[in-house]
Amino acid sequence: MSRVILDDLPLNQAARIAAIDWAALAPGDAKRLRELGFDEGVTIEPLHRAPFGRDPVACKVGRMTVAVRRAHALVIQVDVSEPEVEAA
Amino acid sequence: MTTIPLVALVGNPNAGKSALFNALTGARQKVGNYPGVTVERHAGRLALEDGRPVELIDLPGAYSLDPSSPDEAVTRDVVIGKQEGERLPDALIVVVDAANLENHLRFALQLAELGLPMVVALNMIDLATRDGLEIDPEILSRELGVPVIPTVAVRKRGMAELKAAVGEAVAQGNLRKIEPGRGDGDEYDTILDTRRARDLARRAILSEAPGRQWTRRIDRILLHPVIGLVVLLALLFLIFQAVFAWATPMMDGIEAAQGWIAGGVDAGLPDGFAKSLLIDGVINGVGSVIVFLPQILILFFFILLLEGTGYMTRAAFLMDRMMSRFGLSGSSFIPLLSSFACAIPGIMATRTIADPKDRLTTILIAPLMTCSARLPVYTIIIGAFIANDTVGPGIGRQGLVLFGLYVAGVIGAMLAALVLRRTVAKGAAASFIMEMPKYQLPSLRDLLIGLWQRGYIFLRRAGTIIFATTIVLWVLLSFPQVPEGSTMTQSEYSAAGRVAKGLNVVMAPIGFNEEISLALIPAMAAREVAVSALATTYSIDESDEAQAEQSLSQRLQARWSLPTALAFLAWFVFAPQCLSTIAVTRRETNSWRWPGFMLLYLFALAYAAAGITYWTATAAGL
Repeated sequence: MSRVILDDLPLNQAARIAAIDWAALAPGDAKRLRELGFDEGVTIEPLHRAPFGRDPVACKVGRMTVAVRRAHALVIQVDVSEPEVEAA
Repeated sequence: MTTIPLVALVGNPNAGKSALFNALTGARQKVGNYPGVTVERHAGRLALEDGRPVELIDLPGAYSLDPSSPDEAVTRDVVIGKQEGERLPDALIVVVDAANLENHLRFALQLAELGLPMVVALNMIDLATRDGLEIDPEILSRELGVPVIPTVAVRKRGMAELKAAVGEAVAQGNLRKIEPGRGDGDEYDTILDTRRARDLARRAILSEAPGRQWTRRIDRILLHPVIGLVVLLALLFLIFQAVFAWATPMMDGIEAAQGWIAGGVDAGLPDGFAKSLLIDGVINGVGSVIVFLPQILILFFFILLLEGTGYMTRAAFLMDRMMSRFGLSGSSFIPLLSSFACAIPGIMATRTIADPKDRLTTILIAPLMTCSARLPVYTIIIGAFIANDTVGPGIGRQGLVLFGLYVAGVIGAMLAALVLRRTVAKGAAASFIMEMPKYQLPSLRDLLIGLWQRGYIFLRRAGTIIFATTIVLWVLLSFPQVPEGSTMTQSEYSAAGRVAKGLNVVMAPIGFNEEISLALIPAMAAREVAVSALATTYSIDESDEAQAEQSLSQRLQARWSLPTALAFLAWFVFAPQCLSTIAVTRRETNSWRWPGFMLLYLFALAYAAAGITYWTATAAGL
């Protein structure tokens, strides 16, 4: 297991959300992310990045695809299991 | 009491709620507004299997009972019986996306706690199966304590079972009273509710095979940093070319019908005021607006299609970074794109923007997006003054000029946003968090119902505001009557002409003539009135029969210089000539300050743009 920031996770690599720094988010953003299923232990996988500065980033969260800004991806830490890293 | 039971449709955004509403009620829907807020109220009648009628309302999509927008607040207030203008529903139909249970069950759990009789529609079950999910509705039903009916709203599957369950729910009556307090300001623990929902979903999903992941594959192309942008631009270009090219045969048909009716009235009635009013005022005035119905429908068709397929959020995703340079976010992209149809739904769509400053800025620049009401004005001027040839393979010059006008509006809007975000709407940079639904093929019926509602609203406007202003204008133009032997034309001599003469002192420097100044007054009601006003003015001045048969564009060609025509186009890129937009801005911002500000800054921009265009074109010798 290795812990990285969501923003550093390569595209199409699934990981598990380890920690979210809710306090670093604007209250409205934190609420929306919670409502869209962002939570510790949930599987997350970055799928697409927009043109111009690779921002925002579309992630698969649970069964849903949610677009967030890189600013959000910077405060989310994920756990990657080692074999997956090697496979990628 | 013999009142008809009220049933409310509730659910997350993207649960297929509107499709279910259409499937249950058909095209007979009433679209109104909740008092005090500009949240649309969609109501329809549903006949149960045994013939009992039920009133069905479609509540705005919400993620939870803890609202973050005026839309979500209405949904919350209705289901707890605190919404003004709505009684407490007798039952709820909660729509959940079967392929997204973990998330949608949270809201369903919160709603189930309210204690209202309730039925869960496990919607889009076909897509969930396609994704490899096997779900047991029985488990869900047992855990939630309410009936759970699998449905496919777009294919009308499961409707009979759903109606039967609704019938039972309504008959059962409101057994439990809503606990006061819960759902009204009480803290909802979203994380806790979500974990409960996830747990429930895990139990209800029997097996899970890897699905085909169509959406992901399509997104690889449509969200590709280069190909995605090319597709988006190509799509926008196609839409604007289509609006111009596809509509022409239909518009020709409407014009022919209008000429035929006017001809019939001309032959059948004796000369006099009644005939003049009917032909010049009613038929030519209203007809010159109705003729744009095909273009408006084509534009709305594309917007509904982009929304229905799920592409709209992809466009927002692609544009977010670009919009953020101007202090906005991708969330503003959808309201602004809708504003190409009409600024009113666009401004109303800003309610999904959470940040107040972001929202205010979007509202203030929405009228700069070229709405469909400008099309009549653009079309008539472009048709009269721009050559109908090509500047390259498949690129018509007229379509190119139209595209240029749209681009001018967009650039103006972006620059305005930049300035507004640094001045009157200063605040933290906007954020962007958006669910991207699965791609799906919208049903033709849902598209047609949407088009019908838009078309009906436009025709009702043409039939009321535009009809009334045309008649008033005809009266003001026809009286007092010019004396025999006067060198003045009737429109110059009339009451309206005298007002226009005063206004023209201000407008003449930017190349506008008196007829334009005159047309701008009634066009305050709605932009497209400018066309009918010009048509009415010029047809009143025509005395001789042969000339009366000239089309409006021929008359314009004879009377306007090219710089004047171009200045007129530039004016309409910016001018806030739409009372409804001002009214909706007043309602959405809840003060007169912002609509007032909007009027001032847009008129200033319009005057400057028209002036610069006129002076430049004149200097260039056009």
